[in-house]
Amino acid sequence: MSRIDGPVLLQTKGLRKSFGDHEVLKGIDLEVRRGEVVALIGPSGSGKTTVLRSLNGLETPDQGTLAFDGGPSVDFGQGLPKQQRFAIRDRSAMVFQHHNLFPHRTVLQNVIEGPVTVQGVSKAEAVARAEQLLDRVGLADKRDAYPHELSGGQQQRVGIVRALALAPDLLLFDEPTSALDPELVGEVLVVMKELADEGWTMVVVTHELQFAREVADEVLFLDGGVVAERGAPAQLFTAPQNERTRRFLDRILRPFD
Amino acid sequence: MDWQLVLDSLGPLLWGALVGTVPLTLISFALGLVIALGIALLRMSPNPVLSWIGRAYVSVIRGTPLLVQLFLIFYGLPSVGVVLDPWPSAIIAFSLNVGGYAAEIIRAAILSVPKGQWEAGYTIGMSNATTLRRIILPQAARVSVPPLSNTFISLVKDTSLASVILVTEMFKQAQKIASVTLEFMTLYLEAALIYWAICTVLAAVQDRLEKRLDRYVAH
Repeated sequence: MSRIDGPVLLQTKGLRKSFGDHEVLKGIDLEVRRGEVVALIGPSGSGKTTVLRSLNGLETPDQGTLAFDGGPSVDFGQGLPKQQRFAIRDRSAMVFQHHNLFPHRTVLQNVIEGPVTVQGVSKAEAVARAEQLLDRVGLADKRDAYPHELSGGQQQRVGIVRALALAPDLLLFDEPTSALDPELVGEVLVVMKELADEGWTMVVVTHELQFAREVADEVLFLDGGVVAERGAPAQLFTAPQNERTRRFLDRILRPFD
Repeated sequence: MDWQLVLDSLGPLLWGALVGTVPLTLISFALGLVIALGIALLRMSPNPVLSWIGRAYVSVIRGTPLLVQLFLIFYGLPSVGVVLDPWPSAIIAFSLNVGGYAAEIIRAAILSVPKGQWEAGYTIGMSNATTLRRIILPQAARVSVPPLSNTFISLVKDTSLASVILVTEMFKQAQKIASVTLEFMTLYLEAALIYWAICTVLAAVQDRLEKRLDRYVAH
């Protein structure tokens, strides 16, 4: 698959972030087009999750800029005022590694919380939309269940539905299958692939290289806080240009060689 | 044991519980929880001045006897021109006291909710305050039921201290009757048993409340 040719939805330039003395991001440039699926891969500690969280205002980079739709950019070097943080957050929705569903709320209540409480959607409308989305991921019959009554894969699908219910421009996935038992990974990846096929714009931090290879339009390999290599999956996975990319892929795809 | 006296005094004692002990406890606990939430939030504030105020409050309340706090408010304040009736004095003292103890419970309960719950609230667009109110506090409530029940039960018994600042609650009634009949053992034992009965009922209520709040927790 070649790169999507849509308009640019999101652009970051020179994102830098340190935690104490440790510089986690050393200048990350990222461009996401509408309808595009971008996968961030790389070893632990490479900064990929920090990049993702920065896109949602959960982390505030020390430097760099972020712009949506080619509009005015937020300059993190100037700090991030509340209004801007909310404006950034408004554009995207996050699916967490550990789903972070609200345990005291039913599945349905989890899904409608954002639309009703934050977006001011009427409850009836939010419920109708939530039921439709739950039905899509095969969980219509679980609407009144509490999260702890679901399997890990079901919980994560609810997490995805909760994100979808916000009708964001951009879906962010932070290693959505890493905490799952292996046999439950598939059901989550299938849903994600369907979303990609439907044209959702997605940034996915993942260790599922096969998913990145089949679904992503562009793959970024992060290492040591920089984008060591980026490209179409076909190219990056079969003929990596960077030595570090090659070693990373070898370790994962051919651990016994 | 003078059983006739036990029967005759039961009415006045229960009445004292009904119009004294129970409302004193309920009002003070409710106000105390509001104070406690405020103090807990101050304690957790990133602002060093605010967090110092919260810490200082807890330290003073926990570091001084409740009886002394009552005396300061009822007998001490008039010397600086603030004269309060027994009831308001008692309510103020008990609320402030509950506020100090419950603040630490609420703070610990809030801190026990995983960070991911805050983040999930933020990512669906909620502010700090909304996340606290709709996501964090309901979960913290479950955690804080057992320790808050302790505080509540202690308060039921502590309201007997209000008798020394002339509030007519159950123990004051017992003292009044005892001072006339001189049957101290009978009256105070009777009062003790009524406190015990109230606290036993409360413990059962706590049990039910915990079970009710348990419905969304995995076992």
